[in-house]
Amino acid sequence: MSSSYLADHVQTLKPSGIRKFFDVASQMENVISLGVGEPDFVTPWNVIEASYHSLEQGYTAYTANAGLPELREEISEYLRQTFTVTYQPETQVLVTVGASQAIDLALRAILNPGDEVIVVEPSFVSYAPTVGLAGGVVKVIDTKPENEFKVTPSQIEEVVTDRTKAIVLCSPNNPTGTVLSPEELEGIAAVLKKHDILAISDEIYVELSYDQAATSLAAVDGMKERTILISGFSKAFAMTGWRLGYTAGPEEIIQAMTKIHQYTMMCAPTMAQHGAIEALRNGNESVIEMKSSYRQRRNFIVKSFNEMGLSCHTPGGAFYVFPSIKETGLTSEEFAQKLLEEQRVAVVPGHVFGDSGEGYIRCSYATSLKQLDEAITRMSEFVQKYI
Amino acid sequence: MNEKEIELLKLLEKNGRLDAETIGKMLDVSADEVEQMIAKLEKENAILGYSTLVDWSNVYEYEGVAALIDVKVTPARGVGFDKIASRIYRFPEVKAVYLMSGAYDLSISVEGKTMMEVSRFVSEKLSTLDTVLSTTTHFILKKYKHDGIIFDEDDDQDKRIMVSP
Repeated sequence: MSSSYLADHVQTLKPSGIRKFFDVASQMENVISLGVGEPDFVTPWNVIEASYHSLEQGYTAYTANAGLPELREEISEYLRQTFTVTYQPETQVLVTVGASQAIDLALRAILNPGDEVIVVEPSFVSYAPTVGLAGGVVKVIDTKPENEFKVTPSQIEEVVTDRTKAIVLCSPNNPTGTVLSPEELEGIAAVLKKHDILAISDEIYVELSYDQAATSLAAVDGMKERTILISGFSKAFAMTGWRLGYTAGPEEIIQAMTKIHQYTMMCAPTMAQHGAIEALRNGNESVIEMKSSYRQRRNFIVKSFNEMGLSCHTPGGAFYVFPSIKETGLTSEEFAQKLLEEQRVAVVPGHVFGDSGEGYIRCSYATSLKQLDEAITRMSEFVQKYI
Repeated sequence: MNEKEIELLKLLEKNGRLDAETIGKMLDVSADEVEQMIAKLEKENAILGYSTLVDWSNVYEYEGVAALIDVKVTPARGVGFDKIASRIYRFPEVKAVYLMSGAYDLSISVEGKTMMEVSRFVSEKLSTLDTVLSTTTHFILKKYKHDGIIFDEDDDQDKRIMVSP
């Protein structure tokens, strides 16, 4: 008997580096945070109102395991209109508690112990731990700044083995903001098809794509049958706290995911699902408006960072920039720590998103222009000491 | 009018004090180009002026009242409602005049120091105009939102946690 009740693999699971930083920052006053990974908008009022209305009407019970049929129909219709991919709402769409749950379900549904999953880093902090919890083995691809942190087909070829089951992709990307073009997706798709690899495509930021039309990996020829498309309402509709996501994919996989979901979650929150129906039916105007505001702020922050000497490419999507801080001679951790202590600006050190994020910081520009402007002033002062 | 100009107008409509350099960064053009665009839009009367939205209820010692007045008028041949509207909007206490569809013709926003002052304007100046048939005056009791801006500052607080993935 070990001295702890905890499972060994949970004991060795490292807490998120973001969490540690949050604990420090939240103790301080007068902090401007560029560390927030969510929209600064409140959910559009019509969505909130629709959810209120559903509660008033007494819709407070469970829904079907896979989600409200009307919502699944709207999701299917949305995917058809946006990417021209068709999914049967009854069998190929599952409503989840955030995209995060969908990622967990997907991995649990497909992995046998020891199966390998490729994770492209820098990446969202949850992928690698979730693979581990599902019994899989992570194979990391470190993307390169000179490729704007885009994964290349040959990089995938290099890590493929006979145990490779799946790859987790995220475009537009958290933390780099990088967006893969349709051609780049095709190049990646060719390798995946060649080696019969499943794609878990996290497309939660897909609506926030500024320089090209939103594209889905599932829309690439021959990819629909090997893609688990994961998305949700958090980012595009500013609904992070509602915890509502969805997944669409091959019937066999979605049904397997639904099986796990029915035993472990029952269904996604009913009131959130009613809000989501309104979001898909009448939320497009709000999305366009928020998107235009993010794009303006992206332009502002990219220009400002380059002016202060932190080189920063213009990311095509999400609401993050990932400037290099190598010129300062500090590590990501030191940079973030000192910046917080000396200038009260919170950014997330790049290494928490994977080793290849070292030398970079993630800054979210989903914060008011006034705050961004002040953050830039404070950071310029800080950076001048080192460059 | 091009897309950048419309974006510029929307930015200025929300915040007339945004400086050219900031706008330039946001729209990916130089500050000089922003100045030129603004000059052009001013010349074309797309930009008519720059004002400040004041919440007078937060200004100590300031007293004032505002009212919205529904006015029914007889339109004049040849000039329709324009002539009577222009007679009304020249009064300095009149802050806004709109021609409306529905039960009445003109909607007027009036400001004065006291209720008495506004009442006197309605009874002495407005009602006595030849073509004015009737007026209905609604005094504003509280302003919640004006020109897209919510007056309650607590409404605008950032409720997010400081750092999140």
